[in-house]
Amino acid sequence: MLLDVGNSRRFRFLGLGEGLLVVGAAVMAFALETPSQTQQTPGASTLPPASAATAGQSGPQASAGSAPGSQTPPSGLNIVVLDPAHGGTDSGARGTGGIQESEITLEFAAQVRRALEQQGFQVVQTRQGNDNPSFDDRSAIANAQRGAVFISLHIASTGIPGTARVYVNSDLPPVKTTNGFIPWDLAQARFLGLSRKLGDLVQGMLTRQFKGSPDTAQTATIRQLRTTAAPAIAVEVSSVVVNNRADLDHMAPAVADAIARGVAAFKPLYAMATTSGALP
Amino acid sequence: MEPATEPARGRWKFWLTTLLVFAVIGAAIVAPILRKRMTRAARLQQQSEEQARRELIQPVPMNPSDPRVKAELFWLSDEDSSMLAPVAVELPLSSDPVLRSKQVLNTLLAGPVDVGLRTLPPDAVLLSFYVLPDGTGIADFSEALATSIPSGIQSEQLAVDSMTHTLEANVPQLKRLKILIHGQEVETLAGHVDLTGTFAVNAGAGQSPANPATTPAAKTGALVVPPLTVTLGTVKLTQR
Repeated sequence: MLLDVGNSRRFRFLGLGEGLLVVGAAVMAFALETPSQTQQTPGASTLPPASAATAGQSGPQASAGSAPGSQTPPSGLNIVVLDPAHGGTDSGARGTGGIQESEITLEFAAQVRRALEQQGFQVVQTRQGNDNPSFDDRSAIANAQRGAVFISLHIASTGIPGTARVYVNSDLPPVKTTNGFIPWDLAQARFLGLSRKLGDLVQGMLTRQFKGSPDTAQTATIRQLRTTAAPAIAVEVSSVVVNNRADLDHMAPAVADAIARGVAAFKPLYAMATTSGALP
Repeated sequence: MEPATEPARGRWKFWLTTLLVFAVIGAAIVAPILRKRMTRAARLQQQSEEQARRELIQPVPMNPSDPRVKAELFWLSDEDSSMLAPVAVELPLSSDPVLRSKQVLNTLLAGPVDVGLRTLPPDAVLLSFYVLPDGTGIADFSEALATSIPSGIQSEQLAVDSMTHTLEANVPQLKRLKILIHGQEVETLAGHVDLTGTFAVNAGAGQSPANPATTPAAKTGALVVPPLTVTLGTVKLTQR
């Protein structure tokens, strides 16, 4: 399968372990900006779906709105990587009524995707069905994009039902790049400022819809966000302990709308960061 | 000879049948009792390694001769369950940082008076606690900490924060906290919060380490990802 990798040369990672070597090798191949044969490796399996779509492939994660044959990557924020958390054998939070976080996040993702596409964004999902990619595989999908943000969707076990909270990763140690490589384990470090801005904007939109939600984004040490080299947030909706699953289903359209509006409001800030060189 | 053997044979048949009937009745009575005993023995054999360790581990005794101090324990706030609030509890605490850490963490695990405000699952056990020379406290919990805690970003972060806040308030010698589950490093607590690094404790008090990668993050509860060598060293240490 031929891949156009022109969109995917921005991030390079200093890997630790064989998985990271694979990613490093893939990124080096991208840097050459020449079509290359895919390799049967975990790294290759997470190559940017937008690129696959460009090469005429219609993979399960192909995103909307990509222009076939286009070689010039569009500038600014254009792609949203949506991550329905958990899946497969990992059901995530479970309510007494049999509600499973992994199912709800997938259903929420479908609605968030539609709302984002209406705002003109390409959407890439880290999973489409009931599978469970690793944290690194999910991050790799975002890290291979250019001009993307990452949004992980969760349903909580706790919290006031009918509220939603946005999280950004807690402070990470300062990162020293080596020969332009970003350490994979701290990929989020240089994006924390932008992640907070995105988080506050999305949280503000959610709080308008769901009274009792916080005014600003919270911080937490979230494994999924740490290895993501893009502005990244987690949205956690409360909760799986509702008596009726319909209570959660009714929240989905408003959550989707708030996220799409928040990302749209963030777009100019992202463009400013790109032009000022604040982005790595 | 023939007439004499017929009644004898009939008598033997009678006794044999009677014996068999008694044997069947006896087996019917004894079998369930035996089955019960076997099930009980099997259950004892199946007792997990963790349960066995749990029995071996003696609870950290509170020495009454230790000075009673007002310890600050962090459980959920009764006004806002998305936050933690300190509760002053008078405890006889040891001056030794390892014993003191065990005492406050065990009190934290025991939970507050209002069980709805607890941050850690009631069946979780602190299996061991030790302190490295650099001030990193290693807390090794039973699997119940990961399996019984409500899965979620908020609930997991509050659990970790309740530990770091409590240690910070009561054990000034600690600089960082590393959480292990049954002696092993795990990727997350219950699918969300990252346990691969250490959490800052007393972040403002310590000297800045030589290696910038181990600099504690500004806020308590923030993860500090150690360099790989340190991580491996920690794992090796816990496997002893």
